[in-house]
Amino acid sequence: MSPAPPRPPGPETMVDVRGVAFAYGARAALEDVSFSARAGEFVGLLGPNGAGKSTLVRLVAGLAAPARGSVRLAGLDPAHASRRAVARVCALVPQEPRIAWPFTVREVVMMGRAPRQGLLALPTPFDRGAVQGALEACDLAHLADRRLDALSGGERRRVFFARALAQEPRVLLLDEPTAFLDLAHQVMVMRMAAVAARGGLCVVAVLHDLNLAAAACDRLVVLSRGRVVAEGAPSDVLTAQRVREVWDVPVWRGENGVTGAPVVLPAFDRER
Amino acid sequence: MSSVPVRLAVLLAAGLAAVALAVALSGAVGAQPISLGAALSGAEPDRTILLRLRIPRAALAAIVGAALAGAGVALQAVMRNPLAEPFVLGVSGGAALGGTVVILAATTAARAFGPGAAALASATPVAAGAVAGATATALLVFGLGRVGGRLVPETALLVGVVFNAFAAGVITVLRLLVPPEQAARLLYWLLGTIGYESGGTLAAGGVAVAAALGVLVAGSARLNLLTLGDEEAASLGLDVRRTRAWVFFAASAATGAAVALAGMVGFVGLIVPHLVRRVVGPDHRLLVPGAALFGAAFLVLADALARLAFLPLGTEPPVGAVTAFLGGPFFLWLLRRSSGTSGSAA
Repeated sequence: MSPAPPRPPGPETMVDVRGVAFAYGARAALEDVSFSARAGEFVGLLGPNGAGKSTLVRLVAGLAAPARGSVRLAGLDPAHASRRAVARVCALVPQEPRIAWPFTVREVVMMGRAPRQGLLALPTPFDRGAVQGALEACDLAHLADRRLDALSGGERRRVFFARALAQEPRVLLLDEPTAFLDLAHQVMVMRMAAVAARGGLCVVAVLHDLNLAAAACDRLVVLSRGRVVAEGAPSDVLTAQRVREVWDVPVWRGENGVTGAPVVLPAFDRER
Repeated sequence: MSSVPVRLAVLLAAGLAAVALAVALSGAVGAQPISLGAALSGAEPDRTILLRLRIPRAALAAIVGAALAGAGVALQAVMRNPLAEPFVLGVSGGAALGGTVVILAATTAARAFGPGAAALASATPVAAGAVAGATATALLVFGLGRVGGRLVPETALLVGVVFNAFAAGVITVLRLLVPPEQAARLLYWLLGTIGYESGGTLAAGGVAVAAALGVLVAGSARLNLLTLGDEEAASLGLDVRRTRAWVFFAASAATGAAVALAGMVGFVGLIVPHLVRRVVGPDHRLLVPGAALFGAAFLVLADALARLAFLPLGTEPPVGAVTAFLGGPFFLWLLRRSSGTSGSAA
């Protein structure tokens, strides 16, 4: 037997996507995409509408299987492993959480414990502790017994974030976590994601706001027409030329005077 | 808020008490009012009326009510729509059609191979046909309710309502092809009638319904996840296809058994789950057993009401007419109320 290959230095690779292709019917969504993310890292997936960002997240979560290439998630093949095994290592905060039944906040967050519970999902003290911790981390403890349909959009988004934390995953996937939120809630969600990454989670988020992504993420991956066109630190990735090429919008590129993060603003003449 | 087991115990106690009260009330009232005390101490004819007529009839209503309300809760979770229900979704119609086809096959076989083949029209094969018809309809409605791989609850309901009308039409035609006593049975099916069944039929129906409801109770925590939508449920560790297949089969089996026993009794699966949900909330671990018990009590009372309402005229309407009289307006009220919130969120 040959000796095992040496482990790569640094934190463990949690998401490893290699040469992946995927199509919805005849429409190709991803073509030869590779990217990886490590524990403790907050990676932003950027790109215009239809670039394949959400599809990539679905593949990483195992909700669809790639037509070509491979996806590894914390050592699992997520599309073929049992759903329960995948749910123990990976939590997904959906794009538009829709809930038709008037569950309370605590009941929804407790559902994050489902992959670790028995048939009737009777909570153990561990489950209660994880739920309480997640509620407090998301500033929801005071709303725990409120019904979900009585909350604002921002509060509701935090509930689904808390549910993902209660799942105690190693990988946290966020699909446009800031969509439809006011500025304060956008910042709050991005900070919660960054804090989760500092705590050792591998966080991958689909984002549309380039400046929020640049301010909060450790690394950015830019997708365009189903391919990765740039990858790296925010200041290297978000150049004026690249944004103009990928999004087809002329921009001004500057620097946040307070944080030093890159800032990209559309620079168009509104009269023409 | 106390824990699920405590709330479940309270709910089960209340539900059982409601069933006992309903049965006692239903036992006392009718064309011949009797004294329960006298009947239980052995006085005739009260004793015979209670034990031979009223109790078996109440037991039948209880079995059918539990089956329909339990199936309603399960179908509402799978369809993500509080308006889903065995009758509205066409599952009852499919069951009646399945049973009708078996009766017709038995009739045809009896003509071809002699009267021995008419045994095919006995309770067990007909019930099997009803369960098969119910399952096939549930799958059909779910399949046709999906647009581009996504379930559109309103479309599924529309398909179900249309299928029910279609099934009733086909049964009306097939009724012309079977012997008169079978034709009468089919008419009762179309109306939804609680009648008098033998102890053996009641026991078999009770066991079948209990087994189906048992599957739904065992899967009740998973029903909670199913209400979130396929991808969210999957991301929380649920094998969505397998769970849904079990739920469809159990709900269809319960509906099929109920239809074989009493025909198409509508709206029980709509009214009862809604009222129970108002009290205990949306957790299916409470909702499934709660709806089953209160569904039993509800239909026992509805049957007693059917017996009492037209007593002065010396007749009684089928219980399906009573539930439709209550359920039709209730459906419209729910539809108006939910079109702003859960209808669009579903």
